[in-house]
Amino acid sequence: MRSSPTAPPRSFVWTRRIVLTLLTAFAVTPVYVMLSSSLKPLEDVTGAFQWIPSGLTVRPYLDIWDTVPLARYFLNSLIVAGAATGCSVVVAVFAAYAVSRYRFRGRRIFTVTVLSTQMFPGILFLLPLFLIFVNIGNTTGIALYGSRGGLILTYMTFTLPFSIWMLVGYLDSIPRDLDEAALVDGCGPLKALFRVVVPAAVPGIVAVAIYSFMTAWGEVLFASVMTNDVTRTLSVGLQGYATRTEVYWNQVMAASLVVSLPVVAGFLLLQRYLVAGLTAGAVK
Amino acid sequence: MTATTLDTPPAGPGGKPPAGRGAARGHRRRGRGRIRRGALPYLLLLPALLLELLIHLVPMAVGVVMSFKELTQHYIRDWGAAPWAGLDNFEVAVDFDAPVGEALLRSFLITCAFTVLAVGLSWLLGVTAAILMQDPFRGRGLLRALFLTPYALPVYTAVITWSFMLQRDNGLVNHVLHDQLGLTGQPTFWLIGDNAFVSLVVVSVWRTWPFAFLVITAALQNIPREVYEASAIDGAGIWQQIRRITLPSLRPVNQVLVLVLFLWTFNDFNVPYILFGKSAPESADIISLHIYQSSFVTWNFGAGSAMSVLLLLFLLVVTAGYLLLTSRGRKAASA
Amino acid sequence: MRRIRLAATAALATALGLTAACGGGSSTGSEGGNDKPDELTYWASNQGTSLEHDKEVLTPEIEKFEKKTGIDVKLEVVPWDSLLDRILAATTSGQGPDVLNIGNTWSASLQASDGLLAWDDETLDRIGGRDRFVPSALAAAGAEGQDPAAVPLYSLSYALYYNKAMFAEAGIEEPPATWDDFVEIGKRLTGDGTYGVAVEGGNPVENSHHAFVFGKQHGADFFDAEGNPTFNTPEAVAAVKQYVDFLANDRIAAVGNAEYAQNQSVKDFATGKAGMLLWQAAGSSLKAHGMKPEEYGVAPVPMQSENPPEGRNVNSMVAGINIAVFKNSDNLDGAVDFVKFMTSTEEQKILNATYGSIPPVKEAQQDEAFSTTDLTVLREVLSTTSAPLPQVPDEAQFETLVGDAMKELFADAAAGDEVTTESVRERLTEAQQQMQN
Repeated sequence: MRSSPTAPPRSFVWTRRIVLTLLTAFAVTPVYVMLSSSLKPLEDVTGAFQWIPSGLTVRPYLDIWDTVPLARYFLNSLIVAGAATGCSVVVAVFAAYAVSRYRFRGRRIFTVTVLSTQMFPGILFLLPLFLIFVNIGNTTGIALYGSRGGLILTYMTFTLPFSIWMLVGYLDSIPRDLDEAALVDGCGPLKALFRVVVPAAVPGIVAVAIYSFMTAWGEVLFASVMTNDVTRTLSVGLQGYATRTEVYWNQVMAASLVVSLPVVAGFLLLQRYLVAGLTAGAVK
Repeated sequence: MTATTLDTPPAGPGGKPPAGRGAARGHRRRGRGRIRRGALPYLLLLPALLLELLIHLVPMAVGVVMSFKELTQHYIRDWGAAPWAGLDNFEVAVDFDAPVGEALLRSFLITCAFTVLAVGLSWLLGVTAAILMQDPFRGRGLLRALFLTPYALPVYTAVITWSFMLQRDNGLVNHVLHDQLGLTGQPTFWLIGDNAFVSLVVVSVWRTWPFAFLVITAALQNIPREVYEASAIDGAGIWQQIRRITLPSLRPVNQVLVLVLFLWTFNDFNVPYILFGKSAPESADIISLHIYQSSFVTWNFGAGSAMSVLLLLFLLVVTAGYLLLTSRGRKAASA
Repeated sequence: MRRIRLAATAALATALGLTAACGGGSSTGSEGGNDKPDELTYWASNQGTSLEHDKEVLTPEIEKFEKKTGIDVKLEVVPWDSLLDRILAATTSGQGPDVLNIGNTWSASLQASDGLLAWDDETLDRIGGRDRFVPSALAAAGAEGQDPAAVPLYSLSYALYYNKAMFAEAGIEEPPATWDDFVEIGKRLTGDGTYGVAVEGGNPVENSHHAFVFGKQHGADFFDAEGNPTFNTPEAVAAVKQYVDFLANDRIAAVGNAEYAQNQSVKDFATGKAGMLLWQAAGSSLKAHGMKPEEYGVAPVPMQSENPPEGRNVNSMVAGINIAVFKNSDNLDGAVDFVKFMTSTEEQKILNATYGSIPPVKEAQQDEAFSTTDLTVLREVLSTTSAPLPQVPDEAQFETLVGDAMKELFADAAAGDEVTTESVRERLTEAQQQMQN
């Protein structure tokens, strides 16, 4: 924090007011549009835009559950994003611990390879991955295609490189004396990891979890090909409000708000961790 | 993902290692030779390695193989039977005088312009907001929450709302620009034609600048308060402080942040796909959609793969070059 | 050392456990056959007002089949947006449904990929034989001279919908029979915020369908006899230009139509913003928008006043949905039985009546449910003046590339750029050059 002994000059205060007002408008307008449109009858939504809705209705909030099986999609998204996040965090912690605390042969190759995967366009993964999933299904009986499992596996891997990288940064910032001490006390390296390092790395871990969750929650392409109507997730399912006859804009907005609310709330609650996690991790 | 880790052991080139780290490391080295030789690190990496292998590397290898095959709809059922195309797919893709290569090149250039603009603006907004909100004031917490909302909203929800706002006849954007402010003689098309590019940049910036804001906010918290106090005593005003202390101290963050944003934006598929559907307007024909079209819509997976491989090579070169340049620059600066 | 080994084992176990935990589910697949005679997966396309509506319509029908055969049918209604991608993925991997709906224009493309069961005479006989189907509909199920890759399920054709009240107000008595009349009438209807016609300018697929019809009338086929693209012949250019001109030069369509891609044109017609609409079986959509059947008239799509030398009397594509069997099905016999059920006269009547389409099964067409004024017109068009879209493997590219070119032309016109024969040729040439052989 900067702390000036004197109050900031007026030029600064005014700049701040103006710029922040504009930015707020930019950031919030779409959210306002979502809210106001979700409360309008369909004729009003598809007609000329009005800032203040002329007729208010909560009907869209009741209809959204019938037009598409929103609750099921929501549950699917929750399961998929939640499991992908959980698994990804555990795997990333292990890997980051290794990279941060050990110098071993192949360490560099590992990091370089993992990071370079981030540069490959996702579209190209789609068919090969699909093929691999089907083959695994045929040989082992574990159905990855069409199941939530396949999607979970895919998403956790998508987020893994960035998660590992962020965690390595965070773990590096935790003094090694801590786990050294635990080791001296007779803990095994894993025990030291769980007893000492993980608790100290909570902000970093939460940051990684938020990132993984958001990525999994929003992905469209893989979800549209790899799910069926039982396992379909929200990002694909919401497209169901655009039917052959009509785009139910008010319901799209209402459903969007309903499904976004928990995510946004969670994100805002946890954002301090994200800041803390990034402070030590990304920001070095 | 990136970069500093590419080879940077903990404290990046030129980065300041946290106090006490060096000592700890020395201690560790002496105390842990036994384990270092052990298999533990490999076992810890194993889950990550397996996943990367299964989901990323093997498909990536398959993708590279695909790029050397003539993989059209006649062969997709049995890839083994698809004839080898040698470098044909690549030749077609990079023959910029021929239509396919020309279209790819155009799409590539559009993507570059889009990425530079979107990343640049996102960074600019992020850094501005972060600096202006460095000192506490009433309502700062609320503002921060509002600013982060676009990033927290699920992609589909956010972008579909924008497409609703950008409609020509009934959208909010034209309502404001045309009906209320009267800035345009005719309502503007935002989703087709040349303006589609502008729309894409705006929507993309709207979604990514909160991330820049977040990271820079975090970085600003690392600047020791004494530095500001000292300069204040020296009589430096707030603008001078920003110029002399805040901005320079952001340099290491910027290096990472810009690279991350660059890679995410360049490869982004979700935003243009949701905004424009399967076929983007010419002006906003982003490379990821272009490749999607070239492989899925026209069923030529060999060509699509070749384009993807080229893209991968390009991004590798850019990233490597960028890292080399920035770390050299920083070494020079800190020397 | 022991501790390390222990830790190692733990890590390995966790890794495996994770993979397993994140996996889960069951069921396998193999090459086609009859290994699983008791179950079927059916991918239906979205024909009703929503995915849920389709489910409501199809479930009771499928239950009849289940009761009759004891086969358990798993129904999934796949949105149009992802249907083709999913079929592609299924074809590549061999893991897909047993029975599926396809847009009939994809027939030849999918036929070339060899993922669908070919309907040779023997197989066709198992569902009652070739002669049960309307020939033009069956012609839209695969390349000429080859066994069809699918059989027709629902048929549709384009028709001209017109607003009776608006026509009466403008003193127009007859719907236009030629494009000259069409533009004439369109101009009379245009003004005061209303327009002559609404077009779906931002929708490539819709555009390509119109390109096809105008093409036929001008004598352009878009593919030569070898299946090579001929997108930029003078006839094709004239055809595309004539359609784009509704917005660009005749100005009988609202400029805003250039970005329509979500069936806004149907809504514009239903709400009286446009007096005419070229659409396939719009009845149910218009009803959903609150337009009553007596408020609109249906007529065949206009023809040229005078056919150009090569022009043909075609005013619609054979539109519709085909039903196909996936070659890798584990229940081929059951799948064919299911197709037989879906194409049975009784089911054809029920399903087509619900969806407002026309049964491609001759016997079912006789039902009076299909003798309403609009469906009579559609039926007439289908049997006399319709033609299937080019049945070549590259058809999908035609829809995408030509449709996109037209979308860009509409965008040009909307931006105020002039659309000329030259600019149309340029766009079409560009589209053609994107085709790789």
